[in-house]
Amino acid sequence: MGKKKKGLKSYDNMGYLFVLPFVIVFLIFSVYPVLRTLYLSFTDVKLVGAQTAHWVWFDNYKRVFTDKYFYKALWNTVKIWGVNIVLQLGVAFLLMMVFSDVKYKMKGLGIFRVIYYLPNLIAATSVAFLYKTLLDWRYGTFNQIIFQIYKLFGKSYNPIDWLGTGQYAGGTIAVIQTWMWFGNSFIMLMAGVQGISKDYFEAAAIDGAGRWTVFGKITLPLIRPILMYVAITSLIGGLQLFDLPYLMVAPSSASYKSVETLVMYLYKFGFRTGTTQISYASAIAYAIFLIILVVSLIQLKLFNRKED
Amino acid sequence: MNGIGYKVKKGILYALLILLGVTCLLPFLLMMVNATRSGAEIVTSFTLIPSTHIKENWDTITGYFNLFKGMWNSVKVAVPATLLSIYFSALTAYGLAMYKFKGNKAIFMTILIFMMIPGQLGLIGFYNLCAKLHLINSYIPLIIPAIASPGTVFFLKQYVESVLPPSLIEAARIDGAGELYSFHRIVIPIMSPGLATMGIMGFIGNWNNYLLPMIILNKNDKFTLPVMMASLNASTDITANQGAIYLAVAISVIPILLVFAFFSKYIISSISAGAVKE
Repeated sequence: MGKKKKGLKSYDNMGYLFVLPFVIVFLIFSVYPVLRTLYLSFTDVKLVGAQTAHWVWFDNYKRVFTDKYFYKALWNTVKIWGVNIVLQLGVAFLLMMVFSDVKYKMKGLGIFRVIYYLPNLIAATSVAFLYKTLLDWRYGTFNQIIFQIYKLFGKSYNPIDWLGTGQYAGGTIAVIQTWMWFGNSFIMLMAGVQGISKDYFEAAAIDGAGRWTVFGKITLPLIRPILMYVAITSLIGGLQLFDLPYLMVAPSSASYKSVETLVMYLYKFGFRTGTTQISYASAIAYAIFLIILVVSLIQLKLFNRKED
Repeated sequence: MNGIGYKVKKGILYALLILLGVTCLLPFLLMMVNATRSGAEIVTSFTLIPSTHIKENWDTITGYFNLFKGMWNSVKVAVPATLLSIYFSALTAYGLAMYKFKGNKAIFMTILIFMMIPGQLGLIGFYNLCAKLHLINSYIPLIIPAIASPGTVFFLKQYVESVLPPSLIEAARIDGAGELYSFHRIVIPIMSPGLATMGIMGFIGNWNNYLLPMIILNKNDKFTLPVMMASLNASTDITANQGAIYLAVAISVIPILLVFAFFSKYIISSISAGAVKE
């Protein structure tokens, strides 16, 4: 190492040494796979290393965008995501309103934050099995509780198969997803509120502004960037939904067709034995990416327009 | 000014907040209670009073798989991946923040772009690469890529720029310290709170990761905890005894609950920081 005093220029070149390991690993394990997937999406390869690749141009993409099962998967994802995002952001937003209210000055933010965040820590596989067992339609604890409550009011309850029927499965997964993520959204929104300078609130108090005025004129406009960040990250996460529906609903189940998400569809062609067609799966991956990109851009535009 | 109505309303708000808290915790409570009950008991009625069948449930689980082996496998993946990730991310972040070399900006832009690309975009190519390199059923594809973690580099670059005065490094240079020596002896200690935050979040992420290990690992004795848990689906012995499932789930969440008990402050502050930074 250069122990003698050198000019600034030569110190600057030492930077290469610092970023070199990152760049090498990044090129091999991040950049190459993304480009490799792009290349595969233009070929007809079915299995890894099983045959020579033929260049087929946009055939796989034509197939994706005319594949009705792809659209079905897109629709399923959007449906689950839609219910989830409304509930998740709704609950987080209401909580943020409660804890930032200047009239009630609620205490205990620290402990509530920790409790609300807890479900987010647990591996999705564990969450999936916990709920799958709790929601079992004949023997699950959840239906037993509802049964007891109904009995209390002298009514009879016909157990609902929460995960097994197409009508309920998507909504059930959306609610579990909400349970996992609302604490995370709430913490982010609250961080935004706490980042607002106290001066604004004090000035508003001196002017005698009511709590709704404070919320509408100070809190809301100032947390808009964070609201946007939370909305976009939830969107990107939501469109990649995989673990919960994949583990909670078996392909043989009657409800499978209504909860098969985009990434599950990708997985089916990318990795499941018997249906593997990696070139087609690669095109699906890029189609999902394009959809996410377009929706994120639309979201960005919408949020920015409101600001004027 | 604050009358009875105010107090009642405030009381109702607290009651609702607590109810929401109960919703978050109840599934865990039911899990722990049911883990001690026999399959037959769970099927007939619901209660919050623990029973005495934890040993039988345990025997059912051990008859099917070795959860502690899965946990040990998860440790073998999550610990090195986390350590590599924070060390090399700190190295990269410091390099990008302190040295104005050619290509610096381009690397940073690429990092920003890759932060926005969804993880499954390169999944097929990644598997393809691992198959070619004969890395299927190896932990290398789950550990080595952690050296390049764009999100961590981004966070730590902001962090090091805000906590490290450049004059400190210049003083060290005048004293004849080498660049790497300065990094290890001055920069790393100053960055340690940020490194701890990223380390804890990284560890949880690695520990809970499912899709990638599932694709890379296909031998039972290599399974990490989430992959092992997912294989529950295939077992009729276990699915016949709900008590065993609850116990398995309960054991699988213990390590992460312990991490949370000790580090919840770091975790909450890192989510907050992530939101405010963007």
